[in-house]
Amino acid sequence: MKADRALVLHLAVLAALLLAHFLAPAYHHANLARIMVLSIYAMGYNIAFGYTGLLSLGHALLFGAGLYGAGMGVMHLGLPAGPGLVAGTFAGGLMALAVGVLALRTTGVAFMIVTLMFAQAGYLAILYFGQWTRGDEGIVITRAARAIGPIDLSDDASRYLVALTLFAAALLVNLALARSSWGRVMVAMRENEERSRMLGYNPFAVKLAALVVSGLYAGLGGAAYGLMFGYVGASLASVQYSILPLLYVLLGGAGTVLGPFLGALLMFYIIDYASSLTDAHQFVTGAALVLLVLFAPRGILGAIRAKAATWLP
Amino acid sequence: MDFGPFLLLALMEGLVTAAVLALTASGLSLVFGIMRVVNVAHGEFFMLGAVLAWFVSVSVPGPAPVAFAVALLVCPLIVGAIAALADILVLKRLNYAPEPTIVATIGLLYILQQAALSFFGPDARPVPAPFSFRIQLPWFGYAGYKLVVVAAAGLLLLAVWLILTRTRAGLIMRATQQDRDTARAFGINVDRVYAGVFAMGAGLAAVAAVLIVPIRQAHYLMGGDPLLLSFIVVIIGGLGSLRGTLVAALLIGLSDGVISTFFAPTLAKILATLLVAMVLVFRPQGLFGKRAP
Amino acid sequence: MTGKLITTTPTRRSLLKGLALGTGAIAAGSALPRFVQAQSSATIKLGFQVHRTGIGASYGRWYERTANAALKVINDGGGINGRPVELIFEDDGTDPKRGAEVVEKLVTQAKCDMILGTLFSHVVMGSAPRAGELKVPYLVCSEGHHVAAGALNRWTLQPSITDVKSQVKSMAPWVTANLGKKVTMVFPDYAFGHDHRDYFTAAVVAQGGEVIKQIAIPPTETNFTRYFPQIPNDTEVLYHVMVGPAVLTFVKEMGEFYGSGARPEIFGFIDSLEAVSIDSPGLEFLEGTHFWEGYPRYKQADASEHETFYRAAVGVDDNGASVSDPTDVSTYSHMFSTWETLFVIKQMMEESGYQSTTDRQAFVEALEATAGFDESQEHPQGPKIFNGKTHQVFGLQSITNLAEGKLTRVHQTTMEDGFYPDETDYTTQSF
Repeated sequence: MKADRALVLHLAVLAALLLAHFLAPAYHHANLARIMVLSIYAMGYNIAFGYTGLLSLGHALLFGAGLYGAGMGVMHLGLPAGPGLVAGTFAGGLMALAVGVLALRTTGVAFMIVTLMFAQAGYLAILYFGQWTRGDEGIVITRAARAIGPIDLSDDASRYLVALTLFAAALLVNLALARSSWGRVMVAMRENEERSRMLGYNPFAVKLAALVVSGLYAGLGGAAYGLMFGYVGASLASVQYSILPLLYVLLGGAGTVLGPFLGALLMFYIIDYASSLTDAHQFVTGAALVLLVLFAPRGILGAIRAKAATWLP
Repeated sequence: MDFGPFLLLALMEGLVTAAVLALTASGLSLVFGIMRVVNVAHGEFFMLGAVLAWFVSVSVPGPAPVAFAVALLVCPLIVGAIAALADILVLKRLNYAPEPTIVATIGLLYILQQAALSFFGPDARPVPAPFSFRIQLPWFGYAGYKLVVVAAAGLLLLAVWLILTRTRAGLIMRATQQDRDTARAFGINVDRVYAGVFAMGAGLAAVAAVLIVPIRQAHYLMGGDPLLLSFIVVIIGGLGSLRGTLVAALLIGLSDGVISTFFAPTLAKILATLLVAMVLVFRPQGLFGKRAP
Repeated sequence: MTGKLITTTPTRRSLLKGLALGTGAIAAGSALPRFVQAQSSATIKLGFQVHRTGIGASYGRWYERTANAALKVINDGGGINGRPVELIFEDDGTDPKRGAEVVEKLVTQAKCDMILGTLFSHVVMGSAPRAGELKVPYLVCSEGHHVAAGALNRWTLQPSITDVKSQVKSMAPWVTANLGKKVTMVFPDYAFGHDHRDYFTAAVVAQGGEVIKQIAIPPTETNFTRYFPQIPNDTEVLYHVMVGPAVLTFVKEMGEFYGSGARPEIFGFIDSLEAVSIDSPGLEFLEGTHFWEGYPRYKQADASEHETFYRAAVGVDDNGASVSDPTDVSTYSHMFSTWETLFVIKQMMEESGYQSTTDRQAFVEALEATAGFDESQEHPQGPKIFNGKTHQVFGLQSITNLAEGKLTRVHQTTMEDGFYPDETDYTTQSF
């Protein structure tokens, strides 16, 4: 019964998003498409950070791998958008594998700094290879290249539905993962690595697998972002884009399936609203981070799970 | 230019970079060594030092050296006070748990940067040097003030070293570093030590910025580079080892200028960044550290 | 909730100075004089994508001030088609992701008729696809070559500021004829710098000169002295262009390096010193060097009445600084484009009989059909030729010499100096 309750909740969220396609005003309709894509990235971050306890400060590298994997595949290799999306997703996973093999030799603070350094090197590499990447200026993906078969990603309605489809797939896979035995191993790794080692799990392998899944998510998010909104650029792989999913996950609730989406949704509208009151939106971001770790370290859904709904995955 | 003078210039520049870097990074190293806190907002304390130096330079009347002396004294104190406040209000409440602390200092970074943008503005603003004389070498000219920076940074580092090794305050800090709980049992007010150390770390970044700002200029986004370089230095030197930090600052500062003459500079930065990551992966105690932190 | 989320007119002043530019405080919609009764008397809303925060903030502040000054002139003169005009500013944080979101917000939420004002290339690149999808005219003020290169779309136009390729190309004849033929270039190692590198190198070769060394400086660099020894001894002209917060350091360190000793001729793009006072300490050595300026910062002896009017309206003194704070130096060579773009919008809306958002396509077609603009109060920087196919404007460039602390024009290019073959034809694209 309890399991069903969780499934029903997630399906209800998806249904609400489908309903929003028909009801939401144009502005919010377009925002929701963006938020869903960014949520995929944040879900990936959550798999590493929220479930497995890997606090990375370099996920922008994985997001960027997806972005450029898709963008350059489409613009330079002439891939259609569909294969571009796949290429970007795998680029994110491969990058995560490469980073993970090295970075997972470290833990804690060292892990954060190593991932930060890798991401910085990746960002600089994008600038350095400007001949192909157009560096900071970036690449506009032409409309013609943004069609998956008959589906034109530059069209508002189809973009929303594609975003929803990808989001739904990512969410349900995330849910299945969280409720699987492997999901519990990831959490065990976060809670007590020594103990899970004694129970016969190889921490390195588990963490690497989690990081690769996280990279696939981040890659998909990046690829989808590039193809749907038509732009690929170095600033989207800069350090701010490593902090962004961290912020979303902390706000929504680390280690909850819906947390990344909730965090992305709220943060998007907080910033959007704040920017009409003040130009100090960086202050809003900063204050949100500080207040969250101080007063709501578990995030919104984490707090709800602790207090009211222990069944929440 | 011939290779000899070229190398000389690269080394002189490297020395200036190293001096300022050593000061900045020693602040980061101190905070990590004693408090085990990775302060991502460290670069913003550096930036605040420079920005405050500008405010001092326009509000203190009289000749430039006077304003500069005031800045050198006042800016680190203000920045230190801000840091102590941040420690008491935020970090202490987090009980210095590594991950929440890092997130909080990221938040702090954004807040400080925004404050600088709001109150100081987006422009880069110059701060006059206390004195300006140029040394004309046969091959190139050089700003004499830069050599003063090197000397001043050396003196300040010596002072830090003396404080840590020869004073009661230093003894208390080291005791707290060794074992927080025992220190507390011996009646040391650990909270106050931590606030003090955090303030001192920030103050060191600020004083480095005041020294360098006549060469560079104050800008609200200037904190990023010193942060990254300090990280690099602290890691190469071994997290928390002050001596390692100094050696690494010298190494990085001097090699930075030389390396970028052999490689394309952007490529050099990429390689340096990757090198640091590799050091952390394969030799987490740093190149000069003895044991893992 | 729509509309409420948007700020109109400038909201935040510099807290530091509490500056009160006479032009800044236009209460939109109130006390607007003599609007002719037109078919529709509703306010025309123009969305302005402004860099208030992030790396472009120095420029953004002046873009905002200049646009507000032009808005006041337009509204005092009866608006557009007899309708009052409102500018709706929204900060994009100089970030391409936010840029696209701002386009969305200005168009679908604030219901702006069109969008203008973006400067930084990556924000233009990030935002233009969305403007194209929403079928909204997007008039950028960025001097990037991306418009004319065909990277954008039918809805994106650059009608008031010349692009880097044209600027750079038109400098080469004068530089090689007057300063020297062996050139060393110093530029930032990313797209903007690479444009300078590629187009100037080609243009110098075409003039019989040679670029003997290209020094690319990483974008995060804060210390430059060690790059100067790489400048070959037989360099006759040192060409520099830097942007970003460290520009002043760059120029100062260049001065320290050469000091009073022998140095090559120095030719720089004013981008290296936009929003920076030329008499900042350490810049004395620039005396005698030359600059490209899109629009000379110091008022020239032969300045037109239009320029005098423009300076007074924006609140800029004869030295290119704010009249209320002489240390607040403008981005004079770039910001005029927002003024001129607003008047382009006015002229094109009136010529195309723009009534509502359904006439957006007619607006773009009218602009594409325009041959150019004469020097006038609306176009104080000078005459312009507009290329409807490439959506890019062409104009006159100035080369100024720094003497006695002032930049004085020594050469003005011809229109033809900046021409290059078309690289795209947007008019073949569908709307």
